[in-house]
Amino acid sequence: MITIPYLTALTTYFSYGLLFAFGQLRDFFRKIFDWWSHNSLQGYAPICLGLEDFYIRRLYLRIQDCFNRPICSSPDAWFDVVERVSNDYNKTLKRTTRVDRCLNLGSYNYLGFAAADEYCTPRVIESLKKFSASTCSTRVDGGTTTLHTELEECVANFVGKPAAVVFGMGYATNSAILPVLIGKGGLIISDSLNHNSIVNGARGSGATIRVFQHNTPSHLEKVLREQIAEGQPRTHRPWKKIFVVVEGIYSMEGELCQLPEIVSICKKYKAYVYLDEAHSIGAVGKSGRGVCDLLGVDTADVDIMMGTFTKSFGSCGGYIAGSKELIEFLKHSCPAHLYATSISPPAAQQIISSIKVILGEDGSSRGAQKLARIRENSNFFRSELQKMGFEVLGDNDSPVMPIMLYNPAKIPAFSRECLKRNVAVVTVAFPATPLLLARARICISAAHTREDLIKALEVISRVGDMVGVKYFPAEPKKQQLEGEGIKTD
Amino acid sequence: MFSAFETVAKFVSDWGTLAFDTPYARAVVFGVPIRGHLLVEGLLLVVILFLLSQKSYKPPKRPLTKKEVDELCDEWVPEPLIPSITEDMKYEPPVLESAAGPHAVINGKEVVNFTSANYLGLLGHDKLQESCTKALEKYGVGSCGPRGFYGTIDVHLDCEARIAKFLGTSDSILYSYGLSTMFSTIPAFCKKGDVIVVDEGVHWGIQNGLHLSRSTIIYFKHNDMKSLESILENATHDNKRAKKLRRYIIVEAVYQNSGQIAPLDEIIKLKEKYRFRVILDESNSFGVLGSSGRGLTEHCKVPIEKVDIVTAAMGHALATEGGFCTGSARVIDHQRLSSSGYVFSASLPPYLASAAITAIDVLEGNPDLITKLKANIATLHKGLSDLQGLEIVSNPESPIVFLRLKRSTGSTKGDLQLLEDIADHLLKEHSIFVATSKRSTVDKCKLPTGIRLFVSAGHTESDLAKASESLKRATALVLAGQ
Repeated sequence: MITIPYLTALTTYFSYGLLFAFGQLRDFFRKIFDWWSHNSLQGYAPICLGLEDFYIRRLYLRIQDCFNRPICSSPDAWFDVVERVSNDYNKTLKRTTRVDRCLNLGSYNYLGFAAADEYCTPRVIESLKKFSASTCSTRVDGGTTTLHTELEECVANFVGKPAAVVFGMGYATNSAILPVLIGKGGLIISDSLNHNSIVNGARGSGATIRVFQHNTPSHLEKVLREQIAEGQPRTHRPWKKIFVVVEGIYSMEGELCQLPEIVSICKKYKAYVYLDEAHSIGAVGKSGRGVCDLLGVDTADVDIMMGTFTKSFGSCGGYIAGSKELIEFLKHSCPAHLYATSISPPAAQQIISSIKVILGEDGSSRGAQKLARIRENSNFFRSELQKMGFEVLGDNDSPVMPIMLYNPAKIPAFSRECLKRNVAVVTVAFPATPLLLARARICISAAHTREDLIKALEVISRVGDMVGVKYFPAEPKKQQLEGEGIKTD
Repeated sequence: MFSAFETVAKFVSDWGTLAFDTPYARAVVFGVPIRGHLLVEGLLLVVILFLLSQKSYKPPKRPLTKKEVDELCDEWVPEPLIPSITEDMKYEPPVLESAAGPHAVINGKEVVNFTSANYLGLLGHDKLQESCTKALEKYGVGSCGPRGFYGTIDVHLDCEARIAKFLGTSDSILYSYGLSTMFSTIPAFCKKGDVIVVDEGVHWGIQNGLHLSRSTIIYFKHNDMKSLESILENATHDNKRAKKLRRYIIVEAVYQNSGQIAPLDEIIKLKEKYRFRVILDESNSFGVLGSSGRGLTEHCKVPIEKVDIVTAAMGHALATEGGFCTGSARVIDHQRLSSSGYVFSASLPPYLASAAITAIDVLEGNPDLITKLKANIATLHKGLSDLQGLEIVSNPESPIVFLRLKRSTGSTKGDLQLLEDIADHLLKEHSIFVATSKRSTVDKCKLPTGIRLFVSAGHTESDLAKASESLKRATALVLAGQ
């Protein structure tokens, strides 16, 4: 839970109110101007009504240069950010040929597979020559190659389930699986901070959706009991089945899910557990096998395990792992398997090679080194930031750490000042987070060295002082005062 | 004692008589004198007020006790996670051991491949392989982030500019998956209350997008312009709120489920008459129709500005993966913030984007690929024109040749079984690889299934002749007596 200090809440509301007022004023003048000059689309309703893109036109465009920054190298620990200029107050941005070499604290590159790797890249290029860049066909028609079957076995083995099926995009995996497994008459109970793909998949399925408080197993139990006792809305018939959807690591909070409690509650009330490990597979756990490995949950207790390959494996695509019957059923009826082009063969080879490196099957200990390094890096960085007085969210061992900014003016200030000092950070605001709780999100990678992290800490500390985001008193460097640091919940 | 009681009684009756007898308590109603009516009225009013203030009778609400809830939870039994697996669910597609070009290797044998939609034969082309290899060495495989957070690589921006230049529009936007293009674009523009008129044969991606948009959806008969016109007439006739209501027509250029081609010129005429916007899915026509491959707009001689939104999946003619959407600058800019499949998902791997740029370059430089493809389609049509039991239902110019049973067995399952037998026989005996069109359980399309052949510019004359020969023999064998 984030508790926002009163003064900060007040100033944030005031800032948004001011921006809103100015925006409305400009809209008013724009309306007069438009009424004067005739629009060619008479008789057609405008494609976006006035208030729908108000936020985009009046608030987002002012800070547009903090988002969508193009890069022209691989997203490794250090990369090249292309500079952009604007001649019309940020309405349009043009690329220049100037390039800055920056430290990358924003890409999802947890194990450092983003750049060309000594084991993976030669094999990927070989598979490109053999199978070419795409199969141009769906999995059921002519898009299944030996590489795909090998990949599915490999993934099932890695995750710890009997079988797995792989799709070409993580987002589409969620959107296409939930409608197949559950329909009208079913109930989906999802965490309040679940990702947009799960929300879309749940809506597309037609089942009733209920939300439980973020990461609170007691509230989940309460909701389950109420819903089972009441039954379907209005008819009160019993539910056909109940799904509980949670994520391994929540990408905007950096928190780990309380999986053991949730699994025991679901077992007691006979609900099915759907675990989305987009950020945690490969990044946490002793051998990189995700939150089940880390928290000691038996994989047979989780009914459906889903994950993506974009983050820790440096590739693209998503998978579903479960029992053999489940995977057979999905292969028979999932639209993403039947209608969408199969995953590109070089990407599949990248996943297989990176799994082999993680498990140590390539003959070296690079995998274990990477896992140890990401754990050390995350814990070091988080504790240093907290000592400096920043408000950092997230649990230990999680490589995602959001730093709270709150005020809308601090978002572009933080982002631009860091970029000036060659550190690239990601700032997130509404609508990805609640309106008041804007934050900067740091993603640590195993490719970062200790010097990189120390430089990043220096820069962030200086910018934090300038912008004023050190909401907690910094811990003095003396050892004896260590216990007095204020902790967030 | 008794006298005291008498005095009290007399006092009360005196007071009562007084109340009844006072001048203002007398009234004459219809010639009948009534005395003391005010008192009665006053009493009545008091009684009415008393009754009104009482709560109406509701049976007392008793929330379930903890023990009752426990009992309910214990006796509730959920359905099994999946229905029981039947034999036909265990279908395993044939596994390829080489690239999915016009000739592929299955189980050690070389087969002629009609299942991959690489219409221009660009799969495995040297220039594409070269540009992919360079991109892999420079950028690695994945892009490790969504477009908003350092996932925008310069090849993405170059690819978008190239596509816009090729088609003649002002801008375009790249999606990382072909299927997600439609189901992200539609909810970005169509909101609750809008009216969408859609062909009934569209594929699942569009159906899912429609469901997520929560608009009013009206289906018209597959590729039937009269049905479309009557529905447009009804829709505009009832609804006069044109100022706030957005109206769309969604069609595919070449339908995946039947191989028909939509008559775009007639649709544009209807659109202008009734003031609708058109969303066109050009997945199977980009790079195929039109003299230079620019799609259905070139084929029907319609200027591309008249179509509001054009989307396409790149996993067909361009031999890469992903999808794009193109249109006016306003349309594209809006999607960069409100299209969920763009904002919340990782971007396309850079080597696939550079493959797309190279593919368009090759296409622009070699228009003879398109003429070869057209010639191949014509040859195959001629060769398959008199099969026993199967007829061609697709348009003679479409690159998907769709064969359907002349007489159905009566059930979709029976049809599919027969068609699969034909496909199996073709693969085992004649080394021709074709696919039946399978449907998902969540797909709402009701068009009949059939056998699909994807024609490519890489097929040779002998391939097509062999295919026609083998199909004739296979249908004669399997469909004997039909």
